[in-house]
Amino acid sequence: MSILVIAEHNNQHLEAATLNTITAASMLGTDVHILIAGEQCDQVAEDAATIKGITKVLLAQGKNYAHRLAENTAPLIHSLADVYSHILAPATTFGKNFMPRVAALLDVDQISDIIAVENDNTFRRPIYAGNAIATVESSAVKKVITVRSTNFEAASKSDHSAPIETIDTAFDTGTSSFIELTKEESERPELTTADIVVSGGRGMGNGENFELLYKLADKLGAAVGASRAAVDAGYVPNDMQVGQTGKVVAPNLYIAVGISGAIQHLAGMKDSKIIVAINKDSDAPIFQVADYGLVADLFEILPELTEKV
Amino acid sequence: MKVLVTVKRVIDYNVKVRIKPDNSDVDLSNTKMAINPFCEIAVEEAIRLKEKAAVSEVVVVSVGDQTCQEQIRTALALGADRGILIETENPPASLAVAKLIKAVVEEEKPDLVILGKQSIDTDNNQTGQMLAALLDWPQGTFASELNIENNKATVTREVDGGLLTESLNLPAVITSDLRLNIPRYVSLPNIMKAKRKPIDSKTPESLGVEITSTNKMIKVESPAVRESGVKVESVDELVKKLKEEAKVLA
Ligand SMILES: Cc1cc2nc3c(=O)[nH]c(=O)nc-3n(C[C@H](O)[C@H](O)[C@H](O)COP(=O)(O)OP(=O)(O)OC[C@H]3O[C@@H](n4cnc5c(N)ncnc54)[C@H](O)[C@@H]3O)c2cc1C
Ligand SMILES: Nc1ncnc2c1ncn2[C@@H]1O[C@H](COP(=O)(O)O)[C@@H](O)[C@H]1O
Repeated sequence: MSILVIAEHNNQHLEAATLNTITAASMLGTDVHILIAGEQCDQVAEDAATIKGITKVLLAQGKNYAHRLAENTAPLIHSLADVYSHILAPATTFGKNFMPRVAALLDVDQISDIIAVENDNTFRRPIYAGNAIATVESSAVKKVITVRSTNFEAASKSDHSAPIETIDTAFDTGTSSFIELTKEESERPELTTADIVVSGGRGMGNGENFELLYKLADKLGAAVGASRAAVDAGYVPNDMQVGQTGKVVAPNLYIAVGISGAIQHLAGMKDSKIIVAINKDSDAPIFQVADYGLVADLFEILPELTEKV
Repeated sequence: MKVLVTVKRVIDYNVKVRIKPDNSDVDLSNTKMAINPFCEIAVEEAIRLKEKAAVSEVVVVSVGDQTCQEQIRTALALGADRGILIETENPPASLAVAKLIKAVVEEEKPDLVILGKQSIDTDNNQTGQMLAALLDWPQGTFASELNIENNKATVTREVDGGLLTESLNLPAVITSDLRLNIPRYVSLPNIMKAKRKPIDSKTPESLGVEITSTNKMIKVESPAVRESGVKVESVDELVKKLKEEAKVLA
């Protein structure tokens, strides 16, 4: 049977996590299809058709899929499920929203947030905020899986183009409607794919002080993240939160500034290649995972570091 | 209007979990247990709706063994009106929980069900969405703001790209994110009052739900530990190490 990947996109381009999901899918079979559900997103379908490993693109377009509301997307995927053994989506807020709905329609348990594929029906996934790794075997006829993107390489482009098939079924339950999406535009790289991430915590003191981090980030070409405490206190928006319940990142370099290192924060960054911690408390747990720790006042250190990198 | 909220008994979020030496599972014996933090937020939201008179009754449901009575009592002390314990030996997997809650929804006929977005033990993030699918209701997941008006719920959701607002017809399922509210502390008088509030017991059999799962846990291991690093004395030393040793800076 074939494998189906649900693409995350914004009607204009594929989101990066889709590429990592395709790599996970390719470990399960050679016939990997990708579903693009959206509105006026032909371009996304054409791009998807040229990704290595993709053998067919399913394109479902309409107003009802414009914002990929779970109420409409889940029955669409369910209606396509017959020929697939595995259905995968990124474990982002996009995939987490509708995939369990698909699983319930198929009467199977979802396998959430996999970090490794052992074989067709066995997967590894973190539990307890990453403090334990479970190996899970699924007996489901159809396996519904969300994929942690940081644990799989991004699929690359190929020189062929897979066929694009149009899906005409328009599910529209009419029970939910999109009102608005508010986001703070930023020129900086995307948090989950950046090579370097600089994160600030409660120690930053207020939102204005984050400027110090932005300066460092811009010099390094880095993305900026935050702890929950910094988000809760209103220093920065919610989409910057790294951790068990925020985003998971695994850059080459993660610099934690004024972050104590609670397990919930570590859950989102401890797979980073190199971790640097800057904290004035030498006993802060963040130092236990840091490759390089600097015990110092961040307000003195940040300007100097920005100057010297 | 009636609201149903779910509370799951889980390891306290401050406690680091132990893994059994035979790697069969985690070891929860003598471990401090608590209400799943997201569920506490769900309960608080339901109580606030009641205080705003948007809601007349708050019913709290938990699935698990007798010890879950503690978490139901805590929710009653926070202000929920009555409890339902669906007794099972271990907490079942998400789909089975969703089916059990669905059966309770069919008996209780609430207009709104609020769950936590995620259990901090399994980190599944599934049950609310599954319940919504089984009921064929709309869902507002990862909610950081909820307003009920004219038989509709307006919900602001924390998504990777920012904040997404949707309008849902009632009845609907909501799952709470961390910033939906800050739960109140339970006061002693309310703990006393909660002792007199009723808790009903049900079983999967009485609800006609079979507890099965297509997921089987075959092994639990510790994650790879990071080798402990070094402390550096100055910015100069740090920059030198990053460039020459770690080679992550050019
Ligand atoms: C269910 C649940 C889910 C959660 N999910 C997440 C999550 O996804 N992500 C997350 O981050 N947290 C999460 N948390 C919260 C987590 O438990 C911690 O409360 C949080 O990570 C603490 O943030 P912090 O390190 O910024 O703040 P604090 O713990 O207050 O640490 C601040 C640090 O800054 C240092 N500092 C202060 N001033 C200076 C200075 N001038 N110079 C240098 N250092 C300074 C202090 O020494 C201290 O170590 C979650 C909690 C729960 C219950
Ligand atoms: N055994 C249970 N008893 C009560 N509620 C539960 C149970 N399991 C899951 N839930 C609810 O579903 C939410 C999401 O759980 P999960 O899908 O396991 O991450 C939790 O925050 C609870 O509100």
